[in-house]
Parts: sequence; structure tokens; C-alpha cells
Amino acid sequence: MSRILDVDNLRISFPDGGSGRVYPVDGVSFALERGKTLALVGESGCGKSLTSLALLRLVPAPGRIEEGSRIRLGDTDVLGLKGESLRRIRGRRIGMVFQDPMTSLNPVFTVGDQIAEGVRAHFDVSRSEARRRALTLLQEVGIPDPAARLDAYPHQLSGGMRQRVMIAIALSAEPEILVADEPTTALDVTVQAQILEVLDRLRDTHGMAVLLITHDLGIVAGRADRVAVMYAGQIVEEAPTDELFDRPSHPYTQGLFASVPRITGPIERLSPIGGSVPPPGAWPGGCRFRPRCPKAFDKSETMPPLLPVGPDHRMRCWLAEPSEGGDGPLRFAQGDNPSAQGDNP
Amino acid sequence: MSLLQVRNLVKHYRAGGLFRADAHPVRAVEDVSFDVAKGETLALVGESGCGKSSVGRTILRLQEPTAGTATFEGSDLFTLDRVALRRMRRRMQIIFQDPYSSLNPRMTVGAAIAEGIEIHRLASGKDVGRRVGALLEEVGLDPGYAGRYPHEFSGGQRQRIGIARALAVQPSFIVCDEPVSALDVSVQAQVLNLLADLQRDRGLAYLFIAHDLAVVRQIARRVAVMYLGRIVEEGPTEDLLRRPRHPYTVALLSAVPEPDPARQRPRIVLKGDLPSPSRPPTGCPFHPRCFHPRRDQRCRVEVPLLRTVGATRAACHYAETTPSPEEAIAASG
Repeated sequence: MSRILDVDNLRISFPDGGSGRVYPVDGVSFALERGKTLALVGESGCGKSLTSLALLRLVPAPGRIEEGSRIRLGDTDVLGLKGESLRRIRGRRIGMVFQDPMTSLNPVFTVGDQIAEGVRAHFDVSRSEARRRALTLLQEVGIPDPAARLDAYPHQLSGGMRQRVMIAIALSAEPEILVADEPTTALDVTVQAQILEVLDRLRDTHGMAVLLITHDLGIVAGRADRVAVMYAGQIVEEAPTDELFDRPSHPYTQGLFASVPRITGPIERLSPIGGSVPPPGAWPGGCRFRPRCPKAFDKSETMPPLLPVGPDHRMRCWLAEPSEGGDGPLRFAQGDNPSAQGDNP
Repeated sequence: MSLLQVRNLVKHYRAGGLFRADAHPVRAVEDVSFDVAKGETLALVGESGCGKSSVGRTILRLQEPTAGTATFEGSDLFTLDRVALRRMRRRMQIIFQDPYSSLNPRMTVGAAIAEGIEIHRLASGKDVGRRVGALLEEVGLDPGYAGRYPHEFSGGQRQRIGIARALAVQPSFIVCDEPVSALDVSVQAQVLNLLADLQRDRGLAYLFIAHDLAVVRQIARRVAVMYLGRIVEEGPTEDLLRRPRHPYTVALLSAVPEPDPARQRPRIVLKGDLPSPSRPPTGCPFHPRCFHPRRDQRCRVEVPLLRTVGATRAACHYAETTPSPEEAIAASG
């Protein structure tokens, strides 16, 4: 069995400013497997980053993970951990790479010191051994002239090199799981290609499970094994990557695809989703995509569960039921999405 | 006759500040020339630090040029005095990547849009309010929003406000500096469609500055690719994407992630980092990272000039034989 992490019904709440609470992550479930990449895709505010922080119990106060949520890492109940045992999970078993490497690196220590610190935090090794491992890690993430770069400070490196250093620090503990939260969003496209290649190679050589958090469907294709699309705190569609790209079925997923400009194929007017994502306190009852959905119907006023639409492919939409509309999941080509209005609230 | 002609534009920034006056200047823009015709979009595309934003800002004289000329609607932009420059700004506007930082948080949206109308005396009294309402409507916002403040709006709405403010003075030309880069994909598509509609309805010309070739393809029929301060290739967008002639364009294009597993193309992973624009390489700026099988001593010493090869103009000594990504990867083993 290669499943190493199970997230079940994860709910994260924040105070709403009054006496109630809002749930920016509301019932998210997924599993990670050794040597595989799961992509969590969605737009700003969909809850994808908070979900990833919850795996390390890093949800910022006053947010909290609600009762009934479960995160299991092998035999360990992550949500039951305290103190030292929690610290041993962070970094050691689940490593993390964030979007902006400059804010995660300490400007006054050399790159070599920071990687070696990571090594020594998790393994009982000498300083010289830690430094030797730091050198190997820099090589592994593809930094040219790694021996010289050990003594460089973060500001002396380019954005792409800093992100490689962050990956080296995450790898220093030899984690089973690597969470990469928009790891290339701040980088130029040619640098992005380099970093994604490093992540793929490390996943394959170390057999790590990767949770890739991204807004970019482009970097998911040809990389992730499985995709979960999030909207308004919930997974609205999930499938193996090729299946999802072949048959995007949830109207939101279809809208995302119709919004992305392409580098090949005919140039057509884009068909964006109308409106914008409402904030957590303002989600409608029933299907949360309903007010923006071109296919909403009376049943949408009841919240749909994740329903099967194909082999290993589920979506949170009543249209998945063959009795609704007759033909099960609808496909529409790019440009077929009813034209969007402005994003007035 | 083009609306805007830029010739041999150079912009250097003095580096190092007060105590290092002898440091090498940052050579942000080196010898850049292009034309923009009335009602057309020219895209200026490149990665961080290539100088594309400096070009846009220098043309508008938000920064002073180091050398070169720019002619707009018959006037020499770089010799205008302050009064003439202010008059000219009514004809050329700019929208930014982050509209929030360009909107005064303590000014209502209506007041921000009205500012230009009042400064240039395009309307007075009740007409100002009517114009503001019409502009909000034109960019897809409720005219009733005029009394609200910028923080009450989403990123996409703020970008629409930024566009309305630029339109308020009835320009013929707008520099769009990464206007959709900070937006989510669904909102990005809305703003791209809006820019296309405004161009059609008002005959606007755009200099569209971007890093995303897929976005550029959507909005611009002509494109110029910049690398380390220079235009390395330019031409009709479709031709340039179909058969890029500069190796940098080949690499940039191959790195664009395609949201389709069936259309994964071979990707050229460039070696090394972008060199510092304060110490650019001699000869061809791309030569230290180039993968062209014919690159040689000439590339190290002689700056290649833009010349027509096939359907585009490329600044490569060996543009005739530039490999496709497939060929480049096969050649490197």
C-alpha cells in the first residue's frame, strides 16, 4: 500500500468578525501516495494554501482545525500530536516549499549554514558532516558551482537559485512528503521550467509524495498524477490528470479551462466565468458555484456531494446524475461557455 | 504613418547610490526601436529585468531616457517642456499590474476617475459625474460605485477602475504594464476581453507589456521579445510563435506550460541565470546561455542586429539555422 497520507473531512474555521465563524476550508478529503504528485488547483481564496498548512498544523491563529477533521500520516494521527512529537513531523516527515523563497530564508546566514542547520535539526551529525550533506543537496537541486554557493548569502542568489536552496532545505530532512505551495509562481517561465524539473526528478529518485498547490493548470498537465480542483473551500472535481483534462466536467472546471489563453490552436475570444469568487462569509447555500454557474438548476439549491462521473473521476455537481439532463457530465468546447458578464458583485 | 515611433531608445540607471558613483550602470534598455500603429497592439514580452517596463515608462516620460527619440502623433516626446508634456499625457496613458498601488486609498473611485477629466478640463459641473458614470459602465462596473473606495473592490474590479481612469482623458494610446499578471485566470480573461472591446470601440493603440506568451497571443497581432535590454526578435505573433528564429524565443516558447497533457512539447531548460544587466555579456547578450549548434566566436564579440529572416526579424547571426526545440534537444543528446 503506497498511501502515506490521508486527509478526511478537513474543516478550518476563522472568526467572522462577529460572534460566528466562517469555514474557508470546508470538508476536504484526499490521499497522497508515495512517488506520486497530487495537484490542488484553484483560484485565490479557494482554501488550497490553508489546506496545505493544515498538514503541518501551521494554520495561523485565530484559525483552527475543527473537530471531526482527520489527518493520518501512516499510523500517526497528525491532529492529535503535541509539542516535540509535532515538531518531529514538521520538516522531518513533511517538508514544505513556499512561493517566495526570499521571505523564508534568513538574510544574515549563508546558504550552507541554513541547509546544514536543517540537517542538524533532524539528524545527529557533526558540523562537518552536515556541511558535506549541504553540498550534496545543493548538487542535487542543480545549483551550479555548489561548493562556492555554500558560502553565499541569499541576496547574492537569483530567485530561481533561492528556490532551489529552499528545496534543498526541505530535502535536508529526507521527508516522505513534500508540500510545494505555488513554488514557481514568483519565477520567470524559463526558471519555472528548471524548478519543476528538479521537483519531478526528486519525487522520482526519493519516492516522495508531492502535494503541488497551484493556480496554473498548465504546470499540472504532464506533471501531476492526480488533480483536485477547489472552489470556495471544497473540492469540486477530482480525477487522474489525463482524465480531468480530457473530460473536465464540473462547470467551474470547464470555466477555468475556457478562461486560459492558449499558445496553440485557434485564437478565440475567451469565455471567462462571470463574477468573482465570493469571500467565505458570503457563500450561498446549496452549490457554492451556483450564482456564477451557467448550468445551475433547481436542484443546485441543495449542496451536491462528490458524485462519480467516470472511472476514478468525481465532481460536486448534480449534473453527474444521469437523470439530470440525461447525458451525465456535459462537455463543452472552449468558447461554448455562456459569455461572462463583468465581475460585479 | 505610425502613431508612435521609438528609435534607438537607451535607458541606463545609475547603480550603487551615493557611495558607489563609479559602479557600472544598469543597462535596462539598449538601442530599442519599434513602431505602434493607430488602433493596434504591440506586445513587448520578456522575463523580469529584460527592460520591458522601463521602455513603457520612458516613453511616457515617467522616467527620463538616456538616449534615443520617440515621436508620438508628430511630436518629439523627449524634448517636450512640462506644459506640453502634460498636454501630451492626455493622449497617452498607462495601466499598471497592481491597480491598488496606483489608486489613492482615501479618494473615492469616482473622484479618482474625475481627476483627469478636471485637470484637462474635458467637462465641468454635472457633466463630470455623468462622464464618470458612463466610464464605469463602459468597463463593466455599476455607475453607482463612484462613491466607494478602492479597498471595497476585488482585484479584477480595481483593474477595471484603473482602465476607466486611463480612458477618462480620451487617450489614443495606452501602455498596459502587465495588466493581468496579478489576476486569477477567470478574472484575467474578463479583463483581456474588456481591453479587446475597448480597442475595437475606441480605436485605441496598446503597448502591451507582458511575460506570458499565451496572454500575448490572445491580445496582440505583433510582438517584440526582449532579452537583457534588447529586442531580440519581433514580428507577427503567429509567425513568431510558429517559427521562432532567435534561440531565446525558442527557449521562452518551449517553457510555456500547456494546459493539455496531449500537447506536451519538448522543453528547453536554459542553463544558468540571467546575467546582470549592469555587466551584460559582450557580443550577443544571449550567447553564454545559447544552445544554437553554430554559436561561435562571432557571437561573443559582435552584437547581432535585427534582420529579416523568414517571417520575423531576429537578432541572431545564425537565425537561418536556429533549431526547433526538438532539434536542439536531439543535438544536445
